[in-house]
Amino acid sequence: MLIYEHSRPGRMARAQYVAAEGVSSELANDLGAHVRLSALGLPEVSELEVVRHYTNLSSKNFAIDKQFYPLGSCTMKYNPRGAHAVASIPGFLKRHPLAPLANSQGYLSCAYELQNYLKDVTGMQAVSLTPMAGAQGEFAGVAMIRAYHQKRGDNERVEILVPEAAHGTNPATAVMCGFVVREIPVTKEGDVDLEALKAAVGPRTAGLMMTNPSTCGVFERQVQEIAETVHEAGGLLYYDGANLNAILGKVRPGDMGFDVLHMNLHKTFATPHGGGGPGSGPVGVGARLAPFLPTPTVGRDEDGTYRWLDQNDIPDTIGRLSSFMGNAGILLRAYAYARLLGAEGMNRVGAYATLNANYLATSLEKAGYTLAYPGRRATHEFIVTLSSEAKHQQVTAMDFAKRLLDYGYHAPTTYFPLLVPECLLIEPTETESKAEIDGFVAAMTQIRQEAMTDPTLVTTAPHTLPVTRLDDVKAARDLDLAVKVNA
Amino acid sequence: MAETRDNIRYLSSHEWARLEADGTVTVGISDHAQDALGDVVFVELPEVGRTVQAGEEVAVVESVKAASDIYAPVAGTILVCNDALDSAPETVNEAPFEGGWFFKLQPVDGNALNELLTPEDYRALCAADDH
Amino acid sequence: MPFIPHTALDEQEMLGAIGVPNIDALFDEIPENLRAASLTEVPAGISEMALQRLMDQRARIDEVDLSFLGAGAYEHHIPAAVWDLVGRGEFMTAYTPYQAEASQGTLQLIYEFQTMMTRLTAMDVANASVYDGATALAEAMLMAVRANKTNKSNRIVVAGNLNPNYHAVCQTIVKNQGLILDVLDYDPNTGCLLGSVEAALDDAAALVISYPNFFGGLDDVDYLTDQAASAGALVIGVVNPTALALIKPPGEWGARGADIAVGEGQPLGIPLASGGPYLGFMCCRQQFVRQMPGRIIGRTVDQTGQPGYTLTLQAREQHIRRGKATSNICTNQGLLVTAATIYMSLLGNEGLRQVALTAHSGMNALTELACQIDGVTARFSGPVFHERVLALPVDASLVVEKMAAHGVLPGLALGDWVTGMDHCLLVNVTETKTAADIDQFARLLAEMIEEVKATC
Repeated sequence: MLIYEHSRPGRMARAQYVAAEGVSSELANDLGAHVRLSALGLPEVSELEVVRHYTNLSSKNFAIDKQFYPLGSCTMKYNPRGAHAVASIPGFLKRHPLAPLANSQGYLSCAYELQNYLKDVTGMQAVSLTPMAGAQGEFAGVAMIRAYHQKRGDNERVEILVPEAAHGTNPATAVMCGFVVREIPVTKEGDVDLEALKAAVGPRTAGLMMTNPSTCGVFERQVQEIAETVHEAGGLLYYDGANLNAILGKVRPGDMGFDVLHMNLHKTFATPHGGGGPGSGPVGVGARLAPFLPTPTVGRDEDGTYRWLDQNDIPDTIGRLSSFMGNAGILLRAYAYARLLGAEGMNRVGAYATLNANYLATSLEKAGYTLAYPGRRATHEFIVTLSSEAKHQQVTAMDFAKRLLDYGYHAPTTYFPLLVPECLLIEPTETESKAEIDGFVAAMTQIRQEAMTDPTLVTTAPHTLPVTRLDDVKAARDLDLAVKVNA
Repeated sequence: MAETRDNIRYLSSHEWARLEADGTVTVGISDHAQDALGDVVFVELPEVGRTVQAGEEVAVVESVKAASDIYAPVAGTILVCNDALDSAPETVNEAPFEGGWFFKLQPVDGNALNELLTPEDYRALCAADDH
Repeated sequence: MPFIPHTALDEQEMLGAIGVPNIDALFDEIPENLRAASLTEVPAGISEMALQRLMDQRARIDEVDLSFLGAGAYEHHIPAAVWDLVGRGEFMTAYTPYQAEASQGTLQLIYEFQTMMTRLTAMDVANASVYDGATALAEAMLMAVRANKTNKSNRIVVAGNLNPNYHAVCQTIVKNQGLILDVLDYDPNTGCLLGSVEAALDDAAALVISYPNFFGGLDDVDYLTDQAASAGALVIGVVNPTALALIKPPGEWGARGADIAVGEGQPLGIPLASGGPYLGFMCCRQQFVRQMPGRIIGRTVDQTGQPGYTLTLQAREQHIRRGKATSNICTNQGLLVTAATIYMSLLGNEGLRQVALTAHSGMNALTELACQIDGVTARFSGPVFHERVLALPVDASLVVEKMAAHGVLPGLALGDWVTGMDHCLLVNVTETKTAADIDQFARLLAEMIEEVKATC
């Protein structure tokens, strides 16, 4: 039932009324013709009905707190409750973004230190915490590349190169920044085709966007040659930080030759996914792009006072990206995470994420699954292809994903990257135990068996959830996006 | 095996173009294309009266998993669009060569259609695609 | 090590299964010269107990007794049930609802949110939210340029009384796609847009109206909307959701209503939290739904005919359309949408109306008291919603500094925000302010103005 179906005219949550004796509409007389005459149309329910309704809704969700989420490139690790608790301290929650500097030193000290940690971890010279999601971080990075070339009067550079396996945000971002996108093929081993790249770079190249490990789940072994190739042609190198968890503590993008990157704090730094957001996508830059950082960033004066750095301090900034200064509450959670882990803890993230992924890959291979890149080490993630199962049993990757839900596991990422057919991109993360991974392998083994002996069970899954498969076509054809107002 | 019709021409991007008796050209997408797209949920059609170049993006056909651009096969002016697709987009899947047509245009040069793929060429293209 | 559960035995067994002697071997594909040295800036890890203590201390440093700061982020009472529910792991640690069957809780909730936003704004459709009000406006501008078939232009006319930070964000986002933002002046006496705008709108893709505007004032939205319609420009309304309980919703502006409505959803149950995370809502006319960026939830049925909810219209989004997507967005502010939906359900029509009316009358009461102080006046004439600019007889930033030292943040000194407004203070009153709070404000303001005068 929808909350609207619980609604009855006159029902209310009285404790939430701010005026005990009611408020007279006459107080709005000075608004004259501006006054709203139509009904607001919100539901009319009691407080218990609200609490019960949303509590019951929540129990229909899968969540990291409940189950294993081997979603490739999403890094669904444990979201530490301690981080949430400190970000929710009343003093932090009540602080207004525009409070004077004298009333901001507490928050600013956390933000400043976080900037430093992120520089250290990525090997970059400067960081801006303002982008509110990975996609916005990407936008900032590509916009900085554009600003850099424009400042040098290098206006011929209109192309951004993107590997064909790249995440959809990469080309979308490049276009949003006014560039033309050119795709570079990827080899059978999962690496960027270096020869094709050398043929593609030139005076029209503004830069290359890529990630390492790549979206194929393997380490881009020729990354240094790639960096050289692009730099020699006068372009810059952008690092999509989606897969940073694989190399945290092991390799730094700055050392690989990247000029700019974004991080996904909701992935690598364990901030909560919240059912779709909020994220946070800070950008890091080398010296070349530091003059263009989005504002505001946090600085520190000689006397130790923290303050905001704006376009007076960074005159060539690409500008503001958010009304205030980014997803502050998320930044506090990331800061807390970094403090809890410490240097030693950070160094172990990449190690154990990689251990878990390789163990899971080996186990699945032994259970009969086909790895997309069997000759390669798994990084923090790896790809399994179900094209054989799809051909012989007519059971697709989507079917496997849906059947996994019945076993209480959230499905891995499906059908990405596009160039591996019927694929599952699997990332266990470092916070999962061997036992949990073994349980997942057992489920996968069983489903594989089902696909051979009782395929309908798989192709019509899930069977045990609040709903069975949904009609996506109807959803898109007969658009029903809101409860209609009763006539 | 997807159906191809023999009295029309094709683009490698899977549009078909049919020269009518009155000199106008009707355009739609092939059986192969509708099958690859899956259930069509929406078609965005061009404005009547718009002049288009050959190869220009003029429409978008949307399914649950993809949104594909439709290109004008030859240069001309858009005469009429198949507005019935608004309420019944599934016609594109059910009858891609008849009721599922997208628009008609007045070509600058009717002979330009001869430059497009013949049914045999198109069948060969699809066969290669399917591998 | 925090959060890594492996025992030595686990590790041994796993390495054995893989067939390598140690974890380092798993990194053998990485060139030796790329291996990182140890981190130097990150200190050693601390316990949760130590972290709590450290953060308590830092949070305390920033505390104030009373705040009248608004300017785009507003202090409202948040019912206890809101974050109690939002904090449930099933909401907080859920992923994006791509596997619809495993996400019916989140999906249904977003559908309810979309419904409530269409009702509040009186528009046809709403999306599942974008990052914040400013980026929602930037996306609305891009949307208007795509959608306006009458005026095929890349020119957007923007009200000069729009929040300056919103304007700045829009510039950053739209300039690389060749959009031009032309600013409309406002009347120096009323703070509202001047007279006839039709000429300025000729061949513009859209007109952006802020209601209330940055100064809290109320423009003639009916007139402006009709003018824009005559000129073939779409109307983008930037609105405050609390205000909509009291003033005209964008769907009812002028003869045909606004075309796109956006705004900041923070007032709906989301704490100030130093500026984020917030939520940007976007609503539009039915005919533009396919041009709207971001996620949208639709109601459908499952195989047994039971109603269910799912992400829809995804073909427009980045993961499918890639370079031709409506935007590069792949986030909606899920957690904040959850808070806003629960807040709106708890308050309901009457509750929200009371919040708005109490804020409104509080603002008027504060204005009356403050203007009794010698030299203090309302900078602009005309009605406002919950925010007003006071003109002081001295530099406003000095007054703010002195009042802050007494634990009261009186508002935003506008000197750095608007040219020529060094003496102006943007003051916000919400339902959280009692008569005693307002008295305290007025008393302290009078005292501090005197102190500033004395030092000059």
